[in-house]
Amino acid sequence: MDITFYFPPLADYVATFPMLVLAVAALLCVVVDIFYNDAKGVAILAGASLLVTLLFEAARLSLPPAKALYGMVYVGGTASLVNMTILFSGFLTVLIAQPYLKRLGRNYGEVYALLLVAVVGMMALGSAANLLTLFAGLETMSVCLYILTALVREKDGAIESALKYFLLGAFSTGFLLYGIALIYGATGTMDLSDFADRLASTNAGVMFWGGTALLLVGFFFKVSAVPFHMWTPDVYQGAPTPISGFMATASKTSAFAAMVLVLGRALPSAQWQTTVAIVALLSMVIGNFVALAQSNVKRMLAYSSIAHAGYVLTGIASATPEGYAGALYYLLVYTVMNVGAFGVLAYLEHDNRQGDTQTVDSLAGTGQRYPLLGVVMAVCLFSLLGFPPLAGFFGKVYVFGPAVKSGLAWLAVAGVLTSAVSAAYYLRVLYVMWMKPSPDDAVAPQFEGVPPLAAVALAGCAAFLLLLTFTPWVMDAAVAFFRDVPAAIVSLP
Amino acid sequence: MEPITLNWYLALSAVLFIIGVLGVLLRRNAIVILMSVEIMLNAVNLSLVAISQALGETSGQILVFFVMSVAAAEAAIGLALVIALFRRKTSVDVQTLSLFRR
Repeated sequence: MDITFYFPPLADYVATFPMLVLAVAALLCVVVDIFYNDAKGVAILAGASLLVTLLFEAARLSLPPAKALYGMVYVGGTASLVNMTILFSGFLTVLIAQPYLKRLGRNYGEVYALLLVAVVGMMALGSAANLLTLFAGLETMSVCLYILTALVREKDGAIESALKYFLLGAFSTGFLLYGIALIYGATGTMDLSDFADRLASTNAGVMFWGGTALLLVGFFFKVSAVPFHMWTPDVYQGAPTPISGFMATASKTSAFAAMVLVLGRALPSAQWQTTVAIVALLSMVIGNFVALAQSNVKRMLAYSSIAHAGYVLTGIASATPEGYAGALYYLLVYTVMNVGAFGVLAYLEHDNRQGDTQTVDSLAGTGQRYPLLGVVMAVCLFSLLGFPPLAGFFGKVYVFGPAVKSGLAWLAVAGVLTSAVSAAYYLRVLYVMWMKPSPDDAVAPQFEGVPPLAAVALAGCAAFLLLLTFTPWVMDAAVAFFRDVPAAIVSLP
Repeated sequence: MEPITLNWYLALSAVLFIIGVLGVLLRRNAIVILMSVEIMLNAVNLSLVAISQALGETSGQILVFFVMSVAAAEAAIGLALVIALFRRKTSVDVQTLSLFRR
């Protein structure tokens, strides 16, 4: 028996280098934590490994997309872009979370190990070329996130939100898995690129469409699209704030990327386009209008993330390469905006008076007292709103434009109108932060200032959002990249 | 005697899956919900193995191993969360999870 068959060629190790490095780094984190009990060293290890892999993926961005590890994952090109978004979110989260958790007295080494494993799962999910990889990645990610949600387990809210997340997450996994089983039964393959051929030769029956519907339910749950969004506000409110930011961005990015791979590459769009469009509409309308009524800022951002899931789904619903590229571009911008916004909240919540209740009113006057946080929050919220010169605006252009071209003008109109509604709740936060005086300045804030690395991360978020505006070549390069890559996707091996 | 065809396995699997779904939706005890989720996952496992056997293709059976390990990991985390909940509330009724519904 030839044993070399069981070892992938060297090129595969290079291609999947980020996943391998992060998996090893996660194990090292656990070991370092056990033997040296040095949470700071673990954080440095995690941050460094994320930075190295981020640069590695950036270098592979221009490569043509290919498959690695016996056709299990996509590497290079679009897959690199998705991985970069995930790694960027993870890197910023490590920078922001370390001082935050230290102040909570929760700076355990395991946090970083779990975060790295979650990132590995997300990368597998976001670049899955096989339903098997998709399932394994999804669960690796979810299991880590359940634990991270319950990090502050003495708090009632943390346990409650973690248990809700876990029960509903496991429930939705059941649907997704049943969908995979039925699709497998109908087509006889789990390879995404084989579906088209198998469907052409055999008549897609009830089993196949039932499976697709169940798979979609699983995806809609993971990206918290209406009507499967009920868990989102509770989970984001109860989880530690930087972790909420991580969940809202990286896990959604990977789930959306997997959705693009499955829907865009493997299934004929005529069958799912209407469903996705309706879910997108519901998400935008319900997300934005319910966010208006929230007094808790984290909860408001959770509903806003439901609305943003609707915007991304609009891009996917257009079912064109431009639409998919727009959705992936939007996810990159959305990741930066939301990590920044949750990061600012993380440092404001221990300010004074209202502790970590994070009501809008508790932010009064914080903009003037901490100008850095105020400015970063302003840039992130204006970008979330889609204010013209900022990256969020261009993101919206790239998801709504293709939708109009595919005859979904009504959806794009609904998107623009609901974005206008969202101005009300985003600007209310900024108004309170900058215009309203603190109720009693006699109370000394317990705020110790933002630690330098976290300040760099937050300023980096704001700078990134402005950069895309003031340096047109970044924009042009990004657009060209998104125009090219999806065309290559179609002709993948 | 007639051999048992694939459809019988799929029908049994569907029935088990529906029992699991109903259990999650109707029961209020967190541990019973966890058990119902496990029934759902195992119903899918039955489908995967039966389909894989009928098609003479192995990837379905490989997925079953992944599902089993995931189910074990989920059970570990789920029970840990239920214990943490019980310590705070001396109850595992999910209706007590209403802190955010104000």
